[in-house]
Amino acid sequence: MSTTTTNPTRPVGDSVKRIDALEKVTGEALFADDLQFGPGLLFGRIVRSPHPHALIKHIDTSRALAMPGVKAVVTGADTPKQIGLYLKDRHIFCRERTRYVGDPVAGVVATSEEIAEAACKLVEVEYEVLEPVLDPLRGMAPDAPLIHPDLGNYEVPNFIFPKAGTNISNHFKIRKGDPDAAWALCDAIVEDEFRVPHVQHVPIEPHVAVAKMDQRGEITLWTSSQSPFAQRNLIAEALGLSQSSVRVIAPFVGGGFGCKAGVTMEALAVVMAQKVPGYAVKLRLTREEEFFTTFVRQGLIARTKIGATADGKIQAMQTEYFWDAGAYTEYGVNITRASGYSSTGPYEIPNVRADSYCVYTNHPVGGAFRGFGMPEIHWGIEQIVDMLAEAIGMDKAEFRLKNCIRTGSIIATGSTMHPVGLVECIKQATAAIHWGTEERASAPHKRRGKGLAIMWKAPAMPPNAGSSASVRFNEDATVTVSVGGQEIGQGAFTVAAQMAAAALGVPYEWVRVEGPIDTQYNPYEWQTVASRLTWSMGNAVMAAAKDARRQVLDLAAEHWGEDVDHLDIKDGMVISYRSEEAMPLKKMVVYGLPKPAGQGWRGGPIIGHGSFMPSYVTGLDPETGQGPRSVVHYTTGCQAVDLEVDTITGQVTILRIAAAFDVGKAINPDQVRAQIEGGAVQGASTALFEGFQLKNGKLANHSFVDYRIATSVDVPFEIIPIIIEVPQDDGPWGARGIGEHSMVPTAPAIANAVADAIGVRVLELPITAEKLYLALEAQADGMPV
Amino acid sequence: MTTHHITFTINGAQEEALVTSHITLLAFLRERLGLTGTKNGCATGECGACTVLLDGEPVNACLVLAAEIDGADVITIEGLAHDGELEPLQQAFIDHTGTQCGFCTPGILISARALLNRNPDPTEDDIKDALRGNLCRCTGYQRIINAVQDAAKAGG
Repeated sequence: MSTTTTNPTRPVGDSVKRIDALEKVTGEALFADDLQFGPGLLFGRIVRSPHPHALIKHIDTSRALAMPGVKAVVTGADTPKQIGLYLKDRHIFCRERTRYVGDPVAGVVATSEEIAEAACKLVEVEYEVLEPVLDPLRGMAPDAPLIHPDLGNYEVPNFIFPKAGTNISNHFKIRKGDPDAAWALCDAIVEDEFRVPHVQHVPIEPHVAVAKMDQRGEITLWTSSQSPFAQRNLIAEALGLSQSSVRVIAPFVGGGFGCKAGVTMEALAVVMAQKVPGYAVKLRLTREEEFFTTFVRQGLIARTKIGATADGKIQAMQTEYFWDAGAYTEYGVNITRASGYSSTGPYEIPNVRADSYCVYTNHPVGGAFRGFGMPEIHWGIEQIVDMLAEAIGMDKAEFRLKNCIRTGSIIATGSTMHPVGLVECIKQATAAIHWGTEERASAPHKRRGKGLAIMWKAPAMPPNAGSSASVRFNEDATVTVSVGGQEIGQGAFTVAAQMAAAALGVPYEWVRVEGPIDTQYNPYEWQTVASRLTWSMGNAVMAAAKDARRQVLDLAAEHWGEDVDHLDIKDGMVISYRSEEAMPLKKMVVYGLPKPAGQGWRGGPIIGHGSFMPSYVTGLDPETGQGPRSVVHYTTGCQAVDLEVDTITGQVTILRIAAAFDVGKAINPDQVRAQIEGGAVQGASTALFEGFQLKNGKLANHSFVDYRIATSVDVPFEIIPIIIEVPQDDGPWGARGIGEHSMVPTAPAIANAVADAIGVRVLELPITAEKLYLALEAQADGMPV
Repeated sequence: MTTHHITFTINGAQEEALVTSHITLLAFLRERLGLTGTKNGCATGECGACTVLLDGEPVNACLVLAAEIDGADVITIEGLAHDGELEPLQQAFIDHTGTQCGFCTPGILISARALLNRNPDPTEDDIKDALRGNLCRCTGYQRIINAVQDAAKAGG
């Protein structure tokens, strides 16, 4: 709060406290499972496929239906139309075929969770088990079993390219320059394969949805959701309803990270509710279900070749991505696209070839996860760049500074880079860990190492994803901001209030943001994903507040008989710089102002509207991936890691992570730092601990005991957050997103520091103590590592 | 179904209830008493989101049967603030941005309360150790640790 008196854009740029903090520390903040529905509430449970790939030959629900307390049983027969955010490739309940262990086959509605669960065991399903596809490379093979034989008939937008008759749901290509010719020029070429396992988002709040259909057939859905509007749209389309007949009410989200975006289990609750008109049906996933029946982060096999000339300039890069997308691809097809056009990482490389394949497998369904493909691809990019720097014999920070994108660089899609502060990020992050200075390990059996990784990420979304907002005054001049963007912990409501306050000229404390998000009342927002709210929703809030402000100033100008250009609103007062008149906003913003001599009134309740949609994102050529503006913008950054490896146990102890990101403008610097810190720890957790153990498509580690995430004792390290601000031309006050970016470079930065410490390159995540121990053993035996 | 008549104190108020043998304290608090501040994150004692104080000790409410609280004193997140006044711990979580999505926050505040009750001047390691059973996926923990230290300095 240090700058409140001098900051000209206040409260934008001030570290005000979170607008939702009081509710959250008192237990008063309501989450979806906290909403009360009374004794008439029914409960749903799901019958799930035990096989990774099977045909459903027959379902008999009669025994389940006969059980006392059971109200309804639904199956795929109740869901004829397909659903999907991009590629409509799934039925809400399976019809002829199941495609992963956990695929919903039937749903039981009963008077209690216990009865519903017991009745699920009475639903008899006869399967014909098919050969599963358990690896994307196998899925690409011409003789692989087809998981979606009807792929060629699915509805799909024009920037996704499924290949009928294969398991490939999207193939994105970059063809820039001539890599084949460029290899001959290179003095060093490095080639390797990098692997990333599936991981799960692990929000502490599991998915929960309550659905109700009234006697008119209108649906209300209360759910923990990042995407109330997308859910309304997709569920309405899949059920043949008008969007106005589906109302989604979404209170605070207890952690999302992407797994509560798009449509997952919510549609199951809606279909079950359709069978019991007038009753609300609650479906709450168990923690076990949370691990493998909602979205997971896709697995990845990345093959990369990169070469540079002796002067340290990268000349060519060639990449193949094989995404283990799982049984369906809500987001996977677009992750494939985003990873393709960002496949060079934040480097200017003249010759690029990239092929990114989204491959169906009989694994859990891949979805969006904080970073949307970027943590996965940077795992390989940032290690191979390190390896190339070694091969050329250059300092790794210097090598990156020589090759990284700068303002005006031509990126992989042929687009021109907007103003960017990546160079400054690299310089400041490395300086913060004393890059280039050898430091001593804390014990003789420990080795100290330093590493860095840089990153870029653009919001990956349809080119026309829109936002809207309204800003209205109350009698006492307090302000209610209404948005469709969701508060998932990232601080979206706080920055919305700051922006409205700054644009209107009222104190932050006067502003409230409406919740829960209700599609019946709140203005449209595409989805709370892609780190796009501060930027896109922020633009809408700013426009709405400016609209309201203009109405107030027009009214005051007429009242005072002055030119509107001489008027301003400061601290809740309308003032004139010319006449030095001043009046409070109070009352006039609702009741208007009296005309002279009892001639009536002018003005009226002030309500401002604003919307924003980028209109400048161009399509990319389907054969070359080239286009003038592939994305709205990129956020860039750098993490530098200082760590120790215990050579007896293989255990990694991180000492420091310095993390610098160019956020354009920090609307709330403290919240930006909180994102940078939280992302570094989530990134470190995926780097050191996390990974699915899938055996024949079945997840073996589906509890917090077997799937470890970082706890309070795992983060003994210092995090040094650094904010760089090179303004974004299309962002409110110059802001761009930061939520996801903060975990993108963490895993490769740690891997690079481990390599620096002990000379071991880990090519497959996670970097477990066991892996390092075995590598050190092999190293001691003189084996290559 | 066997039922039990239980008498207990909840957030300072004496209450009694008839409960079935199998209902957990978590379900009893959330569904019978409407105290939804205590969260259900895993129902298997692994995440700490349902931590409450049972006779001053932090327990996972999902692993305690409601029948077991007969004669006991239970404090939930709703019992921390008094007469509209936040506890120093709660204020410190606001000041340090110790909360993001907020779902783990009630359990963490209760674990921290238990720590400060038994150790008013904890070291950083004491705090980490006291919170190791409370998972948080958003904050990265450091701000939470700083908040608890700050609250301890402010007299808990």
